[in-house]
Amino acid sequence: MSELLLFEKSKEGRRGFLLPALDVPAADPQEVIGPSICADAPPALPQLCEVEVTRHYQNLARKNFGVDLGFYPLGSCTMKYNPKVNEEAASLPGFCEVHPLQPEESVQGSLKLLHTLTSFLCEITGMSWGTMQSMAGAHGEFTGMKLFRAYFQKRGETRRNRLIVPSSSHGTNPASAHLSGFEVVEIPADSRGLVSLEALAPHLDDRLAGIMLTNPNTLGLFETDILEISQAVHDSGGLLYYDGANLNAVMGISRPGDMGFDVIHLNLHKTFSTPHGGGGPGSGPVLVSKRLVPFLPVPDVTQEGDIYRFSWDRPESIGKISGFYGNFLVNVRALTYILVMGCDGLKRASQMAVLNANYLMKHLKPLYHLTYDVICKHEFVLSAERLKKETGITAVDIAKGLIEEGIHPPTVYFPLIVPEALMIEPTETETLETLDRFIEVMKHLHRRAYEDPQSLKEAPSHMAVSRVDDVGAARHPRVCWEC
Amino acid sequence: MNRPIPYIPHTQQDISVMLKAVGVSSVDQLFSDIPESVRLQGSLAVPQGVSEYEALKFMQGLSEMNIRCTSFLGCGIYDHIIPSAVKQVLSTPAFLTSYTPYQPEISQGLLQGIFEFQTMICRLTGMQVSNASLYDGHTAAAEAAAIALQAKRKAGTILVSAGVHPFTRKVLETHYRGSGIKIETVELHQGRTRLEDVKDLLSSDAAALIVQTPNILGVLEDLDGFAEAVHEKKALFIVSSNPMTLGVCRNQASWGADIAIGDTQCFGLPQSFGGPTVGYIAAVEKLLRKMPGRIAGETKDAQGRRAFVLTLQAREQHIKRERATSNICSNQALAAFGTASYLALAGPEGLREAGVQCMSKAHYLYEKLGEIPGLHPVVEAPFFHEFAFYLASPEKAKEYLDRMYRRGIFAGVHLGEMDSRFDGIVVSAVTEKRTREEMDRYAECTREVLA
Repeated sequence: MSELLLFEKSKEGRRGFLLPALDVPAADPQEVIGPSICADAPPALPQLCEVEVTRHYQNLARKNFGVDLGFYPLGSCTMKYNPKVNEEAASLPGFCEVHPLQPEESVQGSLKLLHTLTSFLCEITGMSWGTMQSMAGAHGEFTGMKLFRAYFQKRGETRRNRLIVPSSSHGTNPASAHLSGFEVVEIPADSRGLVSLEALAPHLDDRLAGIMLTNPNTLGLFETDILEISQAVHDSGGLLYYDGANLNAVMGISRPGDMGFDVIHLNLHKTFSTPHGGGGPGSGPVLVSKRLVPFLPVPDVTQEGDIYRFSWDRPESIGKISGFYGNFLVNVRALTYILVMGCDGLKRASQMAVLNANYLMKHLKPLYHLTYDVICKHEFVLSAERLKKETGITAVDIAKGLIEEGIHPPTVYFPLIVPEALMIEPTETETLETLDRFIEVMKHLHRRAYEDPQSLKEAPSHMAVSRVDDVGAARHPRVCWEC
Repeated sequence: MNRPIPYIPHTQQDISVMLKAVGVSSVDQLFSDIPESVRLQGSLAVPQGVSEYEALKFMQGLSEMNIRCTSFLGCGIYDHIIPSAVKQVLSTPAFLTSYTPYQPEISQGLLQGIFEFQTMICRLTGMQVSNASLYDGHTAAAEAAAIALQAKRKAGTILVSAGVHPFTRKVLETHYRGSGIKIETVELHQGRTRLEDVKDLLSSDAAALIVQTPNILGVLEDLDGFAEAVHEKKALFIVSSNPMTLGVCRNQASWGADIAIGDTQCFGLPQSFGGPTVGYIAAVEKLLRKMPGRIAGETKDAQGRRAFVLTLQAREQHIKRERATSNICSNQALAAFGTASYLALAGPEGLREAGVQCMSKAHYLYEKLGEIPGLHPVVEAPFFHEFAFYLASPEKAKEYLDRMYRRGIFAGVHLGEMDSRFDGIVVSAVTEKRTREEMDRYAECTREVLA
């Protein structure tokens, strides 16, 4: 049963929060702003007391899953544990109660934080400098594409309009490239699941703007030809963009800057343990190689001795990409995480993330088809194609079966190049016992697919709701209650 | 043995067991596919890890380098009272540590909460449809413009009032630079956007007009007749509003807007040096399928019970790739929960009272400052909780603000630093949080400083 909506619980006359009594003469809106601008009545918001609002959200919380509640092997999303000290740091009044337009002298702590975090992230990725203004991965990609444009504009190479993305890439890659006016060229993976020089070759001309890659890629495989790829792209005048979604596989082991990437974005809500918050707020900083530094968004954060400043004097900058300086409190969490982990801890995170993934893959591949049977990095992609043929049970059915067992499903039907894909990323923060239980549950679901497929088709059976009608939702959209 | 890390559970024995199962002899062997030439030699030049207590102490040190004063700063971020119950919602683990609700059966809490947020945004703005939120109010303007450009494919101009926040205009300019889309400015006259100027500039090439009310000078725009003029050119009317005004002032729908945008930081979210906040976007029903980002919809489960789900995903990048309507793949969900819980606690009367208090206090301070020689109001026009005055020059404005800061008061924002057309103009904001005593002190210090 669904929880009643806040609006359905409303009762005229209830209030959940009071203001201090007004200590100046009350202004009459009709008089002060005039009847032509006054609202007839305040908006029809619900009327509730504090108890009800608190219970409402806690009841909603009971119908929701999070990393704090259980295993969340959602591929490509790096659902690692979110350390609690990060939250404490992000709630410090000295960070929360600061306005973005205060005098620089009064925000030295915030500026130093941004500067320090940018420096650390540059070191971790092998890049030269960057911006913390972009608020999500896709926002970072968009910013990166603007940087590509500004670079080619400066060089008078406006013909360079083609951007290559592998068919296994995240959907945001082609969307961001297209939105920035690039023509998207998709290239297939080769038999190894990798980008090959052969696939690239036909596009290496004076119309090439560059290539967007994740490394390791979305199959969880390291692009072993990356140096040859970057050489070839650079030789023909193009640039390389690194989607940092999968950085959790290679921290302290290999750096995108050393692979030849020119622009990268990171997802602090993935690799650097800041909470996903049900879809945001995240943070997607963009870091660049030396030759792209002049084009970074304004304002830049600079350091002169002990003094930190905003610098707006960047004549070649692409401009401003968000209202202020990005999701600052998310950046506070990421820096806290880096301090606790340190250089050794970051490397160990990647090592154990990869070990966890390989351990799961080894145990699951006898049951679910593994298209590319080699050592994986932080994630791997299984296919339920064979299972579907033999039992009718699909990747989604397996996902719903996992829900019944208190486990969040892997990413399903992505990447698009693997049919009935189950993309599994355990992260380093999970114990061997958790992994073993997951293996047992996956085996059990596999058995159930053969023995009792119907029950799996009807899963999940004891959640707040059973399978929902998303087709009906899209056909007759109701996105607002009684609007 | 390595130093233990609280977020990495592997014991030496676990590692041995796992390596054996995988069939490799060392952890390094798991990385043998990475060519030697791209391996990092040595270790990262990042400090050794520390305990959480030490990390927190360091962060505390940084936070204490920031200075807080009695603040009259606004221009997009405001110092409002935040109910304790909101903070509790924002730290609820099942919301904080969950991902985008792709799997509805395990995410009904988030989905319902987003649906409620969407409903509240519709009720505030008077519009019929809303999405699950955007990065901030500034990027919301760029997304709204994108809807307009899709709705009128041959158009190539976005008209923007000079009263729109200068940072919003900068974000718009970055967004459309190099795309062939022109961003044209409608100048202010007596602090307001004039209908006749809009009519002069509206051509058949216009996809949209964007106006902000209250505008950057704090002035409430009178938008009578705007929608008709814009619609005559088959363009869309986009109105940005600080939603704190909407308990008292007319909403976007009542002005005939097609798209309503803004930022809900004022509802339940700390100033946080500017982020995270929540951008909102709401529209008339016919634009629903052109909306960017996530949208929660109501539907039924297999037993016919009410359920919620992310809907209209066919618009989105993970399905449509380069043909998607926007590249947005997230929303500010958690922060949107802060806003929704604030509004649930405040209710219609609470929202109205907060609005009246802001307005009353701003007018109190405005009157007080009016008695001081050397300060000149920019215009005599109705305002809500922000007002503009100018000093003789940008230098004088800076000097005034600096001297007020030395007295422990952030007196306002010098707009000239964001946009030279506003050189010498200072904008002050007064929220319900400021007391009479603080305002009296503001006036007193201003008198001293300008004497």
